[in-house]
Amino acid sequence: MRFPITSAAMLFGIVALTVGIAGAQSGDSSMPKFDKSVYAELARAPVKAAARPNPLESDPEAVAGGAKLFERHCAECHGASADGGKKGPSLRAEEVQEASPGALFWLLTNGVVRKGMPVWSRLPEPQRWQLVSYIKSLDVPPGTTNH
Amino acid sequence: MRRTSSSRLIVNSVGRTAIFLTFLLAVSAVESLAQESPYFVTYDHYLEEPGSLEVEYFSNFATQRGGNDFNAYWLEFEYGTTAWWTTELYLDGQTTFDDGTIFTGFRIENRFRLLKSEHVINPVLYAEYEQISEADKIMKEIEGHDIEADHAVPNAILREGHNHELELKLLLSSTHNGWNFALNPLATKPLTGGEPWEFGYAAGVSRPLALKASAQRCSFCPENFVAGVEMYGGLGDRYSFGLHETSHYLAPVLAWNLPSSWTLRLSPGFGLNDNSHQFLLRWGLSREFSGFGSMLAGWFRGGR
Repeated sequence: MRFPITSAAMLFGIVALTVGIAGAQSGDSSMPKFDKSVYAELARAPVKAAARPNPLESDPEAVAGGAKLFERHCAECHGASADGGKKGPSLRAEEVQEASPGALFWLLTNGVVRKGMPVWSRLPEPQRWQLVSYIKSLDVPPGTTNH
Repeated sequence: MRRTSSSRLIVNSVGRTAIFLTFLLAVSAVESLAQESPYFVTYDHYLEEPGSLEVEYFSNFATQRGGNDFNAYWLEFEYGTTAWWTTELYLDGQTTFDDGTIFTGFRIENRFRLLKSEHVINPVLYAEYEQISEADKIMKEIEGHDIEADHAVPNAILREGHNHELELKLLLSSTHNGWNFALNPLATKPLTGGEPWEFGYAAGVSRPLALKASAQRCSFCPENFVAGVEMYGGLGDRYSFGLHETSHYLAPVLAWNLPSSWTLRLSPGFGLNDNSHQFLLRWGLSREFSGFGSMLAGWFRGGR
């Protein structure tokens, strides 16, 4: 043993890491962890940002590209069908579908960090617009309301 | 003779790695999160997604004047604790050709996002505790008066020296029109021996080869590749701040983000002055496990 306290320190680190993981993920994983107030974040988009049109609106491949990006980056939290997952709300909800493309783009870019939604500015701007195209293409389930 | 032995080791290593990669790529079919930066030393402001675990293997081959070439490597476990906090554990080792292979220590790192939304420049606080021997050669950061000659000493001597250090970085990063610009000033304080604060830097710029995603699922689409360049080096210490007796490197970087959530990275590095290793070759392989936190939490609750 080269380091007298290596083992103890490593054990401490691993335990701390594990406790952190468990603590962060505590709660009943079968229940959604979000509340409806997350939708209110869309209303925080600055007027100028919310008014931005989707430059890929008429791009026939934007939705398909967005679907691929959604599967890769978003489905884990929002569900494979975008109808809500363990950590993320439904994107088929009226609040989302009625939001302007600019507001959705703004939310994707800035995330809702304090509520667990990461910033997605690491995706280039066209890819974020592709995601917006895909989200806006989703149907709202009949009779569904979140008001 | 030494070069022959080194070459054989490299060939064997590459062969084993190719088999390993083939196996891993064959067994990985689950598409999930993977959009990693290409940097090896520089950090941008993007943290691990909450609940995701990224397991990474990195390798750093370096030529050595006045000693034996070496290949250092580290295993990295990166976990997204929250959307604003990422924690990591590193396990380091190295093989110095015609000398030996040793475990050189561990590091625990945390990164905290300071601002809740996106800004022109996004600051992230980085704090790391490391307990490593002086034989550690992964060169994850260059600091103080780190120079090539430090690595020429045989492992048997180097491993007797231990470093307990606290390292702080301010990660400044900005993304605009697909380009990421990152600058990481760093300060390191040895926790034993009364040695002074040491300073260093890393900076990088990178961009995906395509900004728009293709409609088809593909491995070789240009948007899956991120290319760039990074530069890193030491800036002396509290008593001799500056470029005197410091080393610096310039390194093109490339990341290939596979749809199967694997990422491959490659970076040849070039020393910029006589104190630097002439050539570095870094590569890395990583796999992201999304939903790891939920899975682990499920195990914890299993007995209740």
